Amino acid sequence: MANVGTDRVKRGMAEMQKGGVIMDVVNAEQAKIAEEAGAVAVMALERVPSDIRAAGGVARMADLTIVEEVMNAVSIPVMAKARIGHIVEARVLESMGVDYIDESEVLTPADEIYHLNKRDYTIPFVCGCRDLGEAARRIGEGASMLRTKGEPGTGNIVEAVRHMREVQAQVRQLVTMSSDEIMTFAKELGAPYEVLIDIKENGRLPVVNFAAGGVATPADAALMMQLGADGVFVGSGIFKSEDPAKFAKAIVEATTHYNDYELIAKVSKGIGTAMKGLEISTIAPEQRMQDRGW
Amino acid sequence: MIKIGVLGLQGAIREHVQSIESSGAEAIVIKKKEQLEEVDGLVFPGGESTTMRRLIDQYDFFTPLQQFGKQGRPIFGTCAGLILLAKEISGQEQSHLGLMNITVERNGFGRQRDSFEETLRITGVAEDFEAVFIRAPYIAEIGGDVEILARSQGKIVAAREENYLCSAFHPELTGDHRFMQYFIHMVEESKKQLAS
Repeated sequence: MANVGTDRVKRGMAEMQKGGVIMDVVNAEQAKIAEEAGAVAVMALERVPSDIRAAGGVARMADLTIVEEVMNAVSIPVMAKARIGHIVEARVLESMGVDYIDESEVLTPADEIYHLNKRDYTIPFVCGCRDLGEAARRIGEGASMLRTKGEPGTGNIVEAVRHMREVQAQVRQLVTMSSDEIMTFAKELGAPYEVLIDIKENGRLPVVNFAAGGVATPADAALMMQLGADGVFVGSGIFKSEDPAKFAKAIVEATTHYNDYELIAKVSKGIGTAMKGLEISTIAPEQRMQDRGW
Repeated sequence: MIKIGVLGLQGAIREHVQSIESSGAEAIVIKKKEQLEEVDGLVFPGGESTTMRRLIDQYDFFTPLQQFGKQGRPIFGTCAGLILLAKEISGQEQSHLGLMNITVERNGFGRQRDSFEETLRITGVAEDFEAVFIRAPYIAEIGGDVEILARSQGKIVAAREENYLCSAFHPELTGDHRFMQYFIHMVEESKKQLAS
């Protein structure tokens, strides 16, 4: 008997992406450039986060013709974003055979109280997190992969660093705790107790945790790997740079060899200018994507 | 002690390292081609085959990996690793290392929503092996001296040819190390032979 949609199959899919780079693309041509550069997956979107930010208004699931076009163009896995809590967007993407859904704060949330019950779906989900409480809640809902939220579309790594450090520090804290402290810790974090117990017993998160939200250069990608990320999402960073094909390749290499500074120096030369970044303090509080999600 | 390398460019590297260590051998993550000299056998982990191939080319791994196999040292490819080993890939003009006489169908069982687990009988390994298939390939055709070790839904999903072993599923994702132990036994045999 073959069983589909089990935890092992869903989490395992993310395990296979480890050490790799997942790139945002808005058409088949970009998807091919990403695959050629060595991306482990692509995220099919209508607009990259920096353009979503610039355009304003309501950001929804991508035009499905784009998603389909990207799925037909490449053999690597294709991910797509659904709005937080939007059951039908998620189901539609699942019915199309998208390989992974990102329940994403980059889009305008459809529900301001509840996230999706991701256990209900055959395909896996990735969700954003800023700390262990948020990570554990998403795991509790059935997320098979995590990523830091960072601050998408800014090309500014500072928030992704903050979130990765916070999650890692809290995992370390949890692992060294005595068992009788965990319930109170769960209460403080707003985290499901059982998920914390699992993390304590295994010494690590039960799912892969990538970095996302502000990666703009090969050095940024390597930095996130050094801070403990299992891999990297690059949103606006690649196709908003001067020479996307070269830039994409350089980010892939820096992610693989994140400890090899000579190599990172070599791949960072002659790749053109990175995307223009945004200072976080210039973003109005209501425009901060990382505060979406509960 | 037997030393097994895990090609460490991308994919489920840590899981293979744990499986090797739990099976009583030493695991070494191979990031540079020079490290291939240190190991008796090699594992190509699961991951994305196109990504691994790009990195193999970028770091001049291609010929050293082929030589490793042609010297008779064992290689175990899982999922993407099986694709790297294959002589032919359906629908593609070029294969990768082309070491094993198999033709492989990439994503043969479908996309992620079709990924599954199933208990399999694997010849010489186990009667009840829990196999996890993730966007898995299958072996469409075999040639040479390829021995079929397991089938799922009628498709070939594990095989051996001399010093090459492959599976379309991911033995590293379960706590069951019997398939890895089978490989380590192959490595022990080859080490004895290569020494004599």
